[in-house]
Amino acid sequence: MTPITTPCDLNHRSLARFPVSKTIALSQRLLFRRAFRTPRLRLLFKDIEHLLRLAAVMLIALVAFVVLRAAVVPKSFGQYGHYRGDAIAELAARPVAHAGHEVCEGCHTDVVDQKKLGRHAGLHCEVCHGPQARHADDPASVKPLLPDTTVICARCHEANSAKPHSFPQVASADHSGGLSCNTCHQPHRPKIEDRGKPATGAKK
Amino acid sequence: MHIPVEGFMYPNEVELQWSVLIVLYPFITGLVAGAFILASLERVFRVQAVKPTYRLALLTALSFLLVAPLPLQLHLGHPERSLEMYLTPHRSSAMAMFGFVYLWYLMAVLLLEIWLDYRRDIVLKSQTAKGLPRLIYRILTLGSDVLSDRSLRIDERLGYFITLIGIPSAFLLHGYVGFIFGSVKANPWWSSPLMPIVFIFSAMVSGIAAVMLLYMLSSRLRGKQIDIRCLDKIAQYLMYTFIIDFSLEMLDLLQRIYEADESFRSLDFMVHTRLWTSQVIVQILLGTVTPIALLGLTQLFSLTESIRKRIYAVAGCLTVIGIFAMRWNVVIGGQLFSKSFLGYTSYKMGFATREGLLTAIILMILPFIILWILVKILPPWTDEESISASEAIPVHAAS
Amino acid sequence: MDITRRRLLVLLPAAAVAWEFVRAGTPESAPNYKTSEHWWGMLIDITECIGCGSCVRACAQENDVPDGYYRTWIERYHVTDYAIERPQVESPNGGKEGFPMNEDSSGKNFFVPKLCNHCADSPCTQVCPVGATFVSPDGVVLVDKNYCLGCRYCVQACPYGCRFINPKTNTADKCSLCYHRITKGLTTACAEVCPTGARQLADLKNPKDPIHEYLRTHSVQILKPHMATGAKVFYNGMDGSVR
Repeated sequence: MTPITTPCDLNHRSLARFPVSKTIALSQRLLFRRAFRTPRLRLLFKDIEHLLRLAAVMLIALVAFVVLRAAVVPKSFGQYGHYRGDAIAELAARPVAHAGHEVCEGCHTDVVDQKKLGRHAGLHCEVCHGPQARHADDPASVKPLLPDTTVICARCHEANSAKPHSFPQVASADHSGGLSCNTCHQPHRPKIEDRGKPATGAKK
Repeated sequence: MHIPVEGFMYPNEVELQWSVLIVLYPFITGLVAGAFILASLERVFRVQAVKPTYRLALLTALSFLLVAPLPLQLHLGHPERSLEMYLTPHRSSAMAMFGFVYLWYLMAVLLLEIWLDYRRDIVLKSQTAKGLPRLIYRILTLGSDVLSDRSLRIDERLGYFITLIGIPSAFLLHGYVGFIFGSVKANPWWSSPLMPIVFIFSAMVSGIAAVMLLYMLSSRLRGKQIDIRCLDKIAQYLMYTFIIDFSLEMLDLLQRIYEADESFRSLDFMVHTRLWTSQVIVQILLGTVTPIALLGLTQLFSLTESIRKRIYAVAGCLTVIGIFAMRWNVVIGGQLFSKSFLGYTSYKMGFATREGLLTAIILMILPFIILWILVKILPPWTDEESISASEAIPVHAAS
Repeated sequence: MDITRRRLLVLLPAAAVAWEFVRAGTPESAPNYKTSEHWWGMLIDITECIGCGSCVRACAQENDVPDGYYRTWIERYHVTDYAIERPQVESPNGGKEGFPMNEDSSGKNFFVPKLCNHCADSPCTQVCPVGATFVSPDGVVLVDKNYCLGCRYCVQACPYGCRFINPKTNTADKCSLCYHRITKGLTTACAEVCPTGARQLADLKNPKDPIHEYLRTHSVQILKPHMATGAKVFYNGMDGSVR
């Protein structure tokens, strides 16, 4: 058998009679020809060219999305869970408006002494006096307004059937006839019988 | 704006959260899903009769899908942050996951299918058109103008495959919207496992009816003869789908009435008073029972072609109105009653406000404008005289 | 040394010094607050509530709550006879100015303060599409107003009606359990001003917290237990008619 050196040789050979040489012929054809120069494959790529271009467009879009995501998503996101970790610190950093009764009592010890003997002992200062954090921060320049007792006392003590029966409540029209409550009651020590008993701090 | 409250509502419940724009949203996505299902009837299930509406249905779906995000954007408190839904989606949130379902459906299904189906026409037009249209077509070809037989066959096979995936994708698209409502355990009017299914079927009904109406209207406008066989087939599918949809809704209603849980008394009262017109009259009687009866007439009796066309037109219009009423009753109805079951509020719809009636009307007109533009760029019909369910339209190769 | 709420009470003379940390406004300056050491909740005693509205007012002032919206509110119940499923309820302006006298004083009448329940299995955080609302590591459900889209899904998902959209920020808003206070060793504004002590902050991870002890020894309820939200606001003396 003469060796196969060129494809031309194949044409003159009856390949069916020599299956071994047929295989060799085919493999030699593949070895000696590069894939891209085969008309069949090249045509295939041409036929799906539009799909390849589409795939390229989608790939570019995907990459752009990934880049955008890395750039835009806040760095602290996912720190503790699916949320911006910095949000916790931001929320905790909000300034307070109510000072809290411990702070009031730190300075107003005279009122503390008066209150602790009466029925309002457990009542915190800012229930009636409103939020006073700014005053506590700068007592000299921020002066709190005194609450109007006609309005403020009624909120707790105006009679209402939904209030617990044991809670002291009056129908103010019958009780005081429209007079302001501090005409008779000292708010820090409200029981009238206690009025005049020794307690430090003058009524403001 | 003072909103009158009847009975007791939790103080933060008095003002409605989701407005008419959120009613529009499921309505629009429903039309998309329904139109696509109709298109898939031809492509996948080889229902030859509806072929004339194939391309029109796809373009209709696209027009509405492009408008769908707009009511959402207008409703958001911070629309400029809406990209966060794609950047940091919360996987437990149906709304976040829906963003991806929408994107998938738009990019991988609808746009791809339209592109593959129209590619031959696009390439041809890119070579013959002039001026700006030529530029548009050239961009749409993605720079490739191969039109060999094999490439077209590949497009055909790929398009078939995409439609095959597209059917469950369309179900997912609108079923997800149903799930967004159905998964809210706090709201007994919404919370139901049936909700996604009801939404899917009512979406199919509205989409089929919309394409049917658009086909009749566009044929009339173009002065072309309507293919009555196509119309008959569409109407038949509309009727069957409607019967399923109606059965599901009635099943939900009957179950509610029978079980009568703690929410029932409150909801029942609401339907009898505040939702009477929109639910019983418009949605059920005019929007469901009447169209089914009319379509049933055409199936049971042999009527003349002109009478059938009129019936289809009337039934189609009533259907679309009825499905819109259904969305209204779900979204608005779900917010009219208190979660304490002790009271009711009212919906004060503005007119020329960001979420008002005028905005809703404009948003409903917009898809038709987009459709008109799409029809101009990608005509769904050939220039031949009569459109019949045979050779005039490019045949989808048999497998 | 940890400066917890308890220790602060004891260190009264040093309150003024501690105030420095409070006013500094940053958690790093209020030393040693570790989120892992706390699991916050609240106790509300219906038998003590007098419906004065102080909590609603204090909360509005502490947290800049706009008019017409409520981070906390009070409901007044009127239950006649055995009609436990049909109470009459009202909440005029959330109870901010208290309640007018009711004519019909027969049957049961009582007040129920309400707020965010800071659910451990919160349905509102489940539905947020972007992660703008979340349960903090110390058990407080918070809203990141710089990330919220204002889609209102969380408002729909809350079974208790405690959320709203703040018209100033166009984002979701609700009770934050005064997070800016409790992380500094203070109590919530509503608990601070409650005249009868009907509202008490509870640290469920601190075995020495007296409220924790109370919860272990009294019959308490949560709102809408069938919703399985893991609510952490506990009610003592709550009638079955409460919605």
